[in-house]
Amino acid sequence: MSDPMAEIRASFFIECEELLESLQDGLQLMDDGDTDPETINIVFRAVHSIKGGAGAFGLDDLVHFAHRFETAMDEVRAGRFQPDGEAIRLFFTCADVLGDLVRAARDDDAVSSEVTDPVLEKLEKLVGVEEESEEELDFTPATLSLDLSLDFGGDAGLPNLPDLSDLPMAGADESPLDLSSSEEATEPLVASKGFTVFFKPEPALYISGNEPLYLFRALRDLGDLAVTCHAASLPLLDSIDPDIGHLSWTLTVHTEESEQTVREVFEFVDGLCQLDITPLAAAPVAPSPASVAVVPALPPLPPLVQPEPVAARPAPDPASTATPNDAPVTAAPKPEAPQEEASPAPVKSSATTTSEGTTPTKTTGTPTQPRATVRVDLERIDRLVNLVGELVINQAMLSQSVTEAGLPPNSPVSTGLEEFLQLTRDIQESVMMIRAQPIKSLFQRMGRIVRESSASVGKEVRLHTDGENTEVDKTVIERLADPLTHMIRNAVDHGLESPEKRLAVDKSREGHVTLTAQHRSGRIVIEVSDDGAGINRERVKAKAIEKGLIPAEAQLSDGDIDNLLFLPGFSTAQEISNLSGRGVGMDVVKSSIQALGGRIAITSQEGKGTTFSISLPLTLAVLDGMVVRVADETLVVPLNAILETLTLTDDDVKALGPETHVVQIRGGFVPLLDLGAELGYRPPQESYVGGIALLIGQEDGNRAALAVDAIEDQRQVVIKGLEGSYGRVPGIAAATILGDGQIALILDPTDLVSQASGRTRPRKPQHALVG
Amino acid sequence: MTDNDKLTSSSSIELLSFRVGGQDYSVDIMSVREIRGSAKATSLPHAPFFVKGVINLRGTVLPIIDLSARLGLQTGEDSERNVIIVVDLGERTVGLMVDAVSDILAIPSEEMQPPPDLAADDARTFVSALTIVDGRMIRILDLEAVMPPQGEEVA
Repeated sequence: MSDPMAEIRASFFIECEELLESLQDGLQLMDDGDTDPETINIVFRAVHSIKGGAGAFGLDDLVHFAHRFETAMDEVRAGRFQPDGEAIRLFFTCADVLGDLVRAARDDDAVSSEVTDPVLEKLEKLVGVEEESEEELDFTPATLSLDLSLDFGGDAGLPNLPDLSDLPMAGADESPLDLSSSEEATEPLVASKGFTVFFKPEPALYISGNEPLYLFRALRDLGDLAVTCHAASLPLLDSIDPDIGHLSWTLTVHTEESEQTVREVFEFVDGLCQLDITPLAAAPVAPSPASVAVVPALPPLPPLVQPEPVAARPAPDPASTATPNDAPVTAAPKPEAPQEEASPAPVKSSATTTSEGTTPTKTTGTPTQPRATVRVDLERIDRLVNLVGELVINQAMLSQSVTEAGLPPNSPVSTGLEEFLQLTRDIQESVMMIRAQPIKSLFQRMGRIVRESSASVGKEVRLHTDGENTEVDKTVIERLADPLTHMIRNAVDHGLESPEKRLAVDKSREGHVTLTAQHRSGRIVIEVSDDGAGINRERVKAKAIEKGLIPAEAQLSDGDIDNLLFLPGFSTAQEISNLSGRGVGMDVVKSSIQALGGRIAITSQEGKGTTFSISLPLTLAVLDGMVVRVADETLVVPLNAILETLTLTDDDVKALGPETHVVQIRGGFVPLLDLGAELGYRPPQESYVGGIALLIGQEDGNRAALAVDAIEDQRQVVIKGLEGSYGRVPGIAAATILGDGQIALILDPTDLVSQASGRTRPRKPQHALVG
Repeated sequence: MTDNDKLTSSSSIELLSFRVGGQDYSVDIMSVREIRGSAKATSLPHAPFFVKGVINLRGTVLPIIDLSARLGLQTGEDSERNVIIVVDLGERTVGLMVDAVSDILAIPSEEMQPPPDLAADDARTFVSALTIVDGRMIRILDLEAVMPPQGEEVA
């Protein structure tokens, strides 16, 4: 809000997240065997952009790491290093560390060099690039001292850049041989090594805050520089648009450096300008500054036409450059040059279309244009979601009053209301879609979990993901991270066998963990499956009996045994590894899934593998509930907590002690709680026979029956928090507004039952707590 | 009264006065968001005795405090004629159920008196100042003190 720097910083970190995502994507593609240079480019560019941004914010650790990662990726890009599976795994680790560094920088934290150094060491050993000197990291942002003598935009007659040499340089040594830049560019420069750079910035270049002057300076650091400014397209002063840079330049740099080095100068304006870099021919180049638009009406580009046909010829002078990979680069017509600008097409376009201005962007633009997106503060969306929730309530109230008014169903009001209902639903769905985001980010994090956990237990595991574009409510994604992490770890640690065992049973050495997401009948289904040994039911049962979780003689179906995994305090791992089995069991996973209004199920086939499937509601703002009445109050019970509804008969209800009742259900006994009495609406009833009860299933597998007076309805309700306006109420999760405008409370059955179970034993402490 | 009018412009407080349990109270009008008729409140389990419950205020859940119970005054029978004054206090919004709203008063701040220490009544802690208007004593309610406890679990 107030600090613009903080805002820029914040948006940099958001960008970083996106870049990290595309980095992961790119690596994944490479891992899957994609050798498309564009893929490698994407990876390279992601690292590079993070480095650049980090440099601007002075995040040295990040710059340092990113730079060395980038150097390695550059080797890959240049084709000097062919990454194998192991190398890509290392790249993944690097990406993970890079992500850590980004997040550490964001939170003003630090990642210890113990984490980064071994990775870097490995990286450099692998790729075979020795550590570069720190001087190369000249990402110190130049101070923005405005030199008024360099008034690019206004002075149409400016023939070239006057005297650059006395300006402060960013970070690097000045070349003592700074001859030409202070001189008129008319001086013909006779040199055989160097490049002609035609540079025409797009307006976007200026908008994104780039300054051609700094590029020129950086270029000058490479060698002697002659700058020619083309002002031909400059309109008359009264029709000038100050936001559009009308100028373009031809820069002639005499240097021993490779074309790539020259190109790197313009790396950050890639796609923001028209850029043609052509090697200088051995012949003296006359940039013909006479044409330099002293009169704006001069034909724009006659001088360029001359040198360029020469330069565009395939590799006239490859000897001018040093590194081996430059041969194909200088041979401009070869398409596999790292950037498209090097291909002849843009050269041609520069000679012909510059005056038209806009066309060249198309040739330099990235091939796949990302979809246009808007970043919106989450709070605003939440507000919209709330408002739409109210609209739904209001609509329900309206229909109820229309019905009460006794209007015939085919009256205009009723039909209008019908349409209104349809519209409200559509709006609600669309608003929910805004909150939704692809589950991809979560899946990518799981990729890291797989890599790390498989490494720590010495298994080879490959993660497959499917349906990563499935959209899920943002809050759900955030709260899914922990349970999913745990499940993935479990799959790697317990689910999959060791490589030796796998080979022994004719499976591939590499284990497979599959993570899928899909929409199914208004819910999201996420599945985590492995192709491991499956659940060893004998052992699970033995373990449960040993731990006293089930009686020794219990008869359990396979499904029942599988569900034992969700019992608190259950872990079948023979030895406790530091991966899983740290006291956090599947019971925690189950309760966090249930807290999201979800369900979790398990299927397993001996020898084939295990699948956990999580089913979640699309949103947390709406809940499926059963509307019940108790002591003249209306309450909503979350549907996912209700196992079944019961009619209490004389045979079923048994008294246990003075106040407690139990219900007999298929041979088992569950405690019967009077909902009215539990909530303090009425004293406990004498008898519950003939009443209705809801059988509630809890996370810990315990069950309880809640006696209610009547079941009224089953419907979707909009959740309204109570905490904000009043505070937490025991046994109550939230509130909602019913069609008649009345507020109904939404029950938290687990909380209610746990409060009650304390009371069935000693009574006093509970009351002390209530008071 | 003409003198009062002059003072009004400089430093006076506008108060909304109302009757509750047979006594005159008032609150700073700036904290009043709206006044609305009584509605059937949904009672909250395990709530303190003075919390009537919650009502739907255009889509938000509004807790209702029965002010006469809160102040320890005799509670008249619940009638349809009760009025709910919706007050904002920082982040929280609550409804105060009162018998009737009387008037809007502009009181010069120097006419405010602190409540005397002698009044060892419970209600004293809920009164931040006193003033006299037309011979009637008006108590200025300390809204903060009236609020139901929050933060710790309201059990």
